[in-house]
This record gives sequence, structure tokens and C-alpha cells, in this order.
Amino acid sequence: MIRVQNLVKSFGNFTAVNDVSFDVAAGEIFAFLGPNGAGKTTTIKMLTTLLRPNSGAIELDGLNPETHQNEARKRFGIVFQDPSLDGELSAWENMEIHGVLYHVPGKIRHKRAEELLKIFELWERRNDQVKKFSGGMKRRLEIARGFLHTPRILFLDEPTLGLDPQSRNQLWSHVKKVNESERVTVFLTTHYMDEADRVAHRVGIIDHGKLVTVGTPKAIKEQTGTESLEEAFLALTGSTIRDESAGSADQMRQFARMWSGGRR
Amino acid sequence: MSAIYILWLRELKRYTRSRVQLVASLGQPMLYLLVLGFGLGPVFKRAGNGSYLQFVAPGVIGMTILFSSVFSGLGLLWDRQFGFLKETLVAPVSRLQIMIGRTLGGATVAILQGLLVAVICFLAGFRPVNLALAPLAIVFMVLIAIVFAALGVAIGSSLQDMQGFQLIMNFLVLPIYFLSGALFPLDGLGKILSLVTSLDPLSYGVDGMRAVLLNLTHFGAAIDVIVLAIVGSILLVIGAWRFSKIEI
Repeated sequence: MIRVQNLVKSFGNFTAVNDVSFDVAAGEIFAFLGPNGAGKTTTIKMLTTLLRPNSGAIELDGLNPETHQNEARKRFGIVFQDPSLDGELSAWENMEIHGVLYHVPGKIRHKRAEELLKIFELWERRNDQVKKFSGGMKRRLEIARGFLHTPRILFLDEPTLGLDPQSRNQLWSHVKKVNESERVTVFLTTHYMDEADRVAHRVGIIDHGKLVTVGTPKAIKEQTGTESLEEAFLALTGSTIRDESAGSADQMRQFARMWSGGRR
Repeated sequence: MSAIYILWLRELKRYTRSRVQLVASLGQPMLYLLVLGFGLGPVFKRAGNGSYLQFVAPGVIGMTILFSSVFSGLGLLWDRQFGFLKETLVAPVSRLQIMIGRTLGGATVAILQGLLVAVICFLAGFRPVNLALAPLAIVFMVLIAIVFAALGVAIGSSLQDMQGFQLIMNFLVLPIYFLSGALFPLDGLGKILSLVTSLDPLSYGVDGMRAVLLNLTHFGAAIDVIVLAIVGSILLVIGAWRFSKIEI
């Protein structure tokens, strides 16, 4: 479903993604792990047509996203690291706009929005403004929205960041449910290794822009001779802390946290 | 087409829903209208120019539209990181459609805001000279809104962080307002000031409104329309180009 071959992306002298290749099969849940600044988000941006790779090939459901941009975009849904809902609008209106932008015909759009809001337990609150939602509810709405146009692939970039364990569990059980019922391929990144261990069929670990290993969580633990995925992760990527210099996005994130009082 | 429509509708819904913001945004124009209108009124009259309230009302309407439309564009900066913009940029819709939907939405909101201030002006005692021509003022309101919404998009797409915002406010938006003839007559100015004011697009917008509302013009209504249309088209092209370059 996703095929990446020798993908390279550099910004000036810095090579963010260096010769990365992997495949994700249809219906699979694939976790893409790595320390901060390892190249996860850059890879997702390239996979979702937001960045152009310097070299290498990407295939999404058999399509090259560079030459068939709109066709490729119809086939995936994405939940970004930072929220991308319109807080002034209601949950239903957010779904509605998404459906129109993805050219989903009216009848199907309404039916599917209703189904998804029910699955993600937001149906009762559909007419409330999104800014009144909790962090977990907003995330669930974003994921429900990502499924609205029946994508073949769903990208989730650190979807559980800042959520409490209850919301995280609930979120993953919903994602799993839709993954099974609709055979949607899920490509996710997270910093919570236990989540990746539980949810993902296969895991890829990236560090300094290079893919270190790919395999089932079990195989990776065996390969490194460790008990948990977290230990395996540390064994593979070392325990040095990656201090990124704060870019403008980080500064704005800080600002946003200040204004929203710590809530996402 | 449906994408443009839904993005336009979104801007309108946001506007009508945030009542606090709506009321807050009327504060500044009212200050200018009432404080300057009544405060400078006696001096203006003694200079033989008639009622200052009459004179300044179109300027205050122009200011309202200027601020409202530039800010809608600058909002892009925030929206790009923490808002809905990202969602639209990965949708199977061309960037041009997104930009047009947003710009038209921002311009429409600015026009509504301008009409609201026009009503307040009327309540404060502003009276158009020729009521039959008054609706023509809307043409100029639309032109001002499009010029500055496009400018806002061009700037909002180019800035990297919020610090740039103050810079734009102090060195672009406020000078555009103060150098537009919104607050003072453009006739009989010194060479430099008259050159600068003639380079300010808002001058033509305010002058156009005065032409149809007060039968008082410096450039002439036809010139006003032509200049605004040309500047608007250029800024729309620049805005679309900058918008297409946004990276998130």
C-alpha cells in the first residue's frame, strides 16, 4: 500500500531523511518510531505531498504522489501533530467542510459523518463548537474526519501527544476498530513505545535520518535481546538526548500552550 | 467551485459566531469617529471646510475595511500552524481555489464590518449628500476589501512567526491608514506628502467613497476605480503566488 524507495530529503547541509526504504502492506498498522529530529515528520510530509523529496520514489496505493497529487490525496487521510480543526465551528461543520473539500457527494457524506461520529462517541456533541471540546475529543474528531472520505491509508503524526492514558486507550481502540472493519492501512508515529508495541503490526525505527530496523515488535525485541520495545528502542538509538534548536513552529507551539492553559 | 464556496462560508460563519470579537472590532472606528469627529469638528469648521464628522466618516469606514481585511490575511500565519489551513492544504483541491475562497471570505467579512460602521456613522449624524448615489459607496468598499485582503494573504503567507506581525502593523498597516487622506483633505499638501498619499491605495478608496457620498473628490471617482482595480489585480496575483509557496 505504501512503498518507499531510497528516499532522501535534505535542507541545506542537513540530511533529514537519508536513503530510507520500506513497504507497508494493505490493512497493516505500521508504527514509525524515532527520537526527536530523527526524520519522522519529514517522512510523513513527503508521503502526504507536503514536501518534495530530493530523490527516491514513493508509491501510495500504486500512485506517485508527485505526478498524481490530487488522486493520491483522495486516498489518504492525515491527523497532524498540531491541531487542525476549526474551533469556532461545530463538530458536524468540521466534518461537512472536509467532505466537500474531498468531493464526497452530499448523501454519502452525511451518512458517513453520522456513522463515524457515532463510532468515535461524538454524535451527541455534534452541534457543539469544537473549542469547547477536551483534548481527547478533539483528537477523536480529527481522526473521525480523516476517515470521512474512505481513505485507503491513514497517517497519524503523534496523535496521542498530551492525552491522558484513558483517552489514549480509547483512541487506539477506535483506530483499531476502523482498521479492522474497513481494512484501512494505518501509518503512525508516537513517542509512547508501549502504544506502538500494543497497536502496531510492524514497527520501523529511524534515527539520524536512517532507517535502523523494521520488523514486528516481537522480532525487534528478540533481535536486541530486550524485554520491552522501549528497551529495544534505546538499545538501537542510544540514550543521548536530541536537543533540537527551537524553530518558529516550536515557538508558536509554546505560545499556543500558554494561551490554551496547557490544554491541547 | 464548491471548495471556494465552503471556505467562503466558513469565514462568514466564524465572523457571525464570535460576537465578542465583532463588538471589540467596532471600538477603534467609533473612537476615531466620535473623538476626532466631534473633537476636531470646531477647528475644521473654522478653517472653512464644513463638518469634520461628515468628512471623516468615509475615512473611518475605509479604516475598518483596511484593518479587517489585512488581519484576515495575517490570520494565515496562526492558522497554518494551529488551525484549519493544513487540513485544506492536503485536500485534493488546488491552492488557488483555497486562496480565492479565503480571500473572498475575508473580504466579505470586511465589507460587512464596513457596512456596520456605516450604520454607526449614520446614527452619529453622518448624512450622505445624495442618497441615490450612496449605494455606489459599496462598490468602493468591495474594491478596498479585495485590495487589502489580497495584500494580507500575500504577507500572511510570507511571514514565518508572530513577531513579524507588529512590524507589519506599525510599518505598513498604520501608515497606509494615516497616509490615505482618511483623516485629512489631500488638497494643498506639500510635495512629499502628496506624493506619498498618491501611492497609497487606500487614498483612492476613501476618495472614491467621498466622491459618491459627499460629492467631494481629489483624484476623481473614475481614476479611483481604475487604480483600485489595477492594484487589486496585481495584489491578487502576488497573493496567489505567495500562497502557493507556503510550506508547513
